[in-house]
Amino acid sequence: MKHTLSVLLQNKPGALSRVTGLFSGRGFNIESLCVAETIEPKVSCLTLVTRGEDAIIEQITKQLHKLIDVIKVNDISEGEYVEREMVLIRVRAEAHTRAEVLRVIDIFRGKVVDVSPTSYAVEITGPESKIKAVIDILRPIGIKEIIRTGTIAMPRAPKK
Amino acid sequence: MEQMTGAQAIVKCLEEEGVTTMFGFPGGAVIDLYDDLMESKITNVLVRHEQGAVHMADGYARTTGEVGVALLTSGPGATNGVTAIATAYMDSIPLVVLTGQVPTALIGNDAFQEVDIVGITRPCTKHNYLVKDADELVKTIREAFHIAKTGRPGPVLVDIPKDVQGATVTFTPKEPVKMQTYQPNYEPHPGQVEKACKALLEARRPVLYIGGGVILSNAAAELTELGRKLHLPVAMTLMGLGGFPGTDPLSLGMLGMHGSYASNMAVAKSDLLVAVGARFDDRVTGRLDAFAPHAKIIHIDIDPTSISKNVEVDIPIVADCKLTLAAMNSWFDKNSDFNAEEQAAKLQPWFDQLNQWQTKHPLAYTDEGDIIKPQFVVEKISELTGGEAIITTEVGQNQMWAAQFYKFNKPRHLLTSGGLGTMGYGMPAAIGAKMARPDATVIDIAGDGSIQMNIQELATARQYGALIKVAILNNNYLGMVRQWQELFYNKRYSGTVMEVTPDFVELAKAYGAVGLRAKTKDEVEPVIKEALATDNIVLMDFVINREEGVFPMVPAGKATTEMLLV
Repeated sequence: MKHTLSVLLQNKPGALSRVTGLFSGRGFNIESLCVAETIEPKVSCLTLVTRGEDAIIEQITKQLHKLIDVIKVNDISEGEYVEREMVLIRVRAEAHTRAEVLRVIDIFRGKVVDVSPTSYAVEITGPESKIKAVIDILRPIGIKEIIRTGTIAMPRAPKK
Repeated sequence: MEQMTGAQAIVKCLEEEGVTTMFGFPGGAVIDLYDDLMESKITNVLVRHEQGAVHMADGYARTTGEVGVALLTSGPGATNGVTAIATAYMDSIPLVVLTGQVPTALIGNDAFQEVDIVGITRPCTKHNYLVKDADELVKTIREAFHIAKTGRPGPVLVDIPKDVQGATVTFTPKEPVKMQTYQPNYEPHPGQVEKACKALLEARRPVLYIGGGVILSNAAAELTELGRKLHLPVAMTLMGLGGFPGTDPLSLGMLGMHGSYASNMAVAKSDLLVAVGARFDDRVTGRLDAFAPHAKIIHIDIDPTSISKNVEVDIPIVADCKLTLAAMNSWFDKNSDFNAEEQAAKLQPWFDQLNQWQTKHPLAYTDEGDIIKPQFVVEKISELTGGEAIITTEVGQNQMWAAQFYKFNKPRHLLTSGGLGTMGYGMPAAIGAKMARPDATVIDIAGDGSIQMNIQELATARQYGALIKVAILNNNYLGMVRQWQELFYNKRYSGTVMEVTPDFVELAKAYGAVGLRAKTKDEVEPVIKEALATDNIVLMDFVINREEGVFPMVPAGKATTEMLLV
């Protein structure tokens, strides 16, 4: 089961190392990881996507809480949340496929950020499902390179 | 608010924390600190290997319950301490290890005696710091002590660059340490306590399973009261020995891989397992799917990560053992429905079964005439010290025989590396214990392999008058591995035969100590008596039966009921 954890960390050198060291040391898996400062410069937010059964996720959450640099751990995937990832894809764009590539990008509301005689680099943002879909569609056309940011996520505000 | 150098501030912090003894080894990166320590009232013990320094601080901490302190220089000094830091980490021992570091401008530059010790010890410390800003130094040291001794204790490393030690800092007055991100919970939840107590009243085959947490929490008195009040059989892990009196009729002895037959059978057939300050380690559980299959499980532990980590728990209580046990005792005292005699009578059939198991397969060994049996040596040591000595052990067969055959009735009398299983732990730990309790008899029970790992600390013991005794169970083998090779590898003793072993009697003399040897059974008692009466460090070389085994034994991967017996 995929879980998205949002971890608030003290923004100190080594804090990130502690989290990644915890995962590798205990054999927990990191599917993706994205970290940056929050509104409070002394605090960073780390969004981590991991996979495992409930007992493992419980251990992961408790072990993270145990780290002194960790302020808070939230399993965002327990509730409703907004999830986004950005991807830069360099697509092969020969004379006969250039138009098709642009049409696909347009459908996915992406942007072309680089042009060359044989390729386009495109920027697409969206939830994991959208990213997966655009990669699947572009693959037959020819993907030269993909760079992904990893997921960031934020819980949805209570509607009441 | 005084101005002083970083090094002076460190010394003042240590004095403020109540440190009276610390253990270390100098080097370029800590020479300023060593200079400032000369005037201090703190005894700064010079060891002969940094591993010894940290093990000594560890032994000191286990004996007193205070934070042990070690001071190591940068680079190889720090890395030499890693094994001992990991030892303390695995057994949750409160230590503050100060390491010198190259000046901040040189960090990351592959400087002389530079090593990323914070990176190296990240997985084996409770927390660690690199102090790059001199203004943070005093606050960091105070935080380090706070983290080391609160919640689940553990070693904290503080890496201090040389220029930070030399910088001018302001020594601010001490305030209580408050950390937003670290607030361990001590008080038990009253609802959970009530659930646990009610479960105890309903149980017909309960077992108290206690571990190192009872000792760390100083909860032996509360535990003993609860055990006796509810007439509960008590099984102890290696780390929990002494948490309940071993000679009490309710004691089942040690459980687990080399635990007693009765304790393992009791857990296997129990209907309620009350785990206090123990972590369901693999040495105790054996094959997990066969562990306590019929039992409801109550787990009292201050560390939430230990709860339901290996074994699903029914009634978790995340709290300090001492406070929780006190709350439980109080619940029973206030409960007018509870009657201790009725409780004991209710459990009589269970005790009949336990007595049957204890009689059927007690801890035993065969007597073979003149040949010295290691178990006999430990029994004699126990008898001749009245069970009052502080015993440290090395690792392997010596450790298991010491745990099985010495009668521990009090906490903080067995110092042993349980979690990491570090050979070479016993002797420096004994020195640390002796320096904490000069009045006590301190004996390291060792094997001939283990004792060589930190033998150089005999010099430290002599220099500081820590007159420890060492009982070497000498069989010229790395005994525990040899036993496994005998049982599971067709007696192929690969790498376990020590053809060359020093003459320990001569070695003792070389260090200005006394060496004694016993070669036959009748020589054992006189040697121990002489050692105890000698006003010096004594190495006792017991030439034991070469191929003796530790039994019972639960082979790896087996259920705890599948024990191999003598």
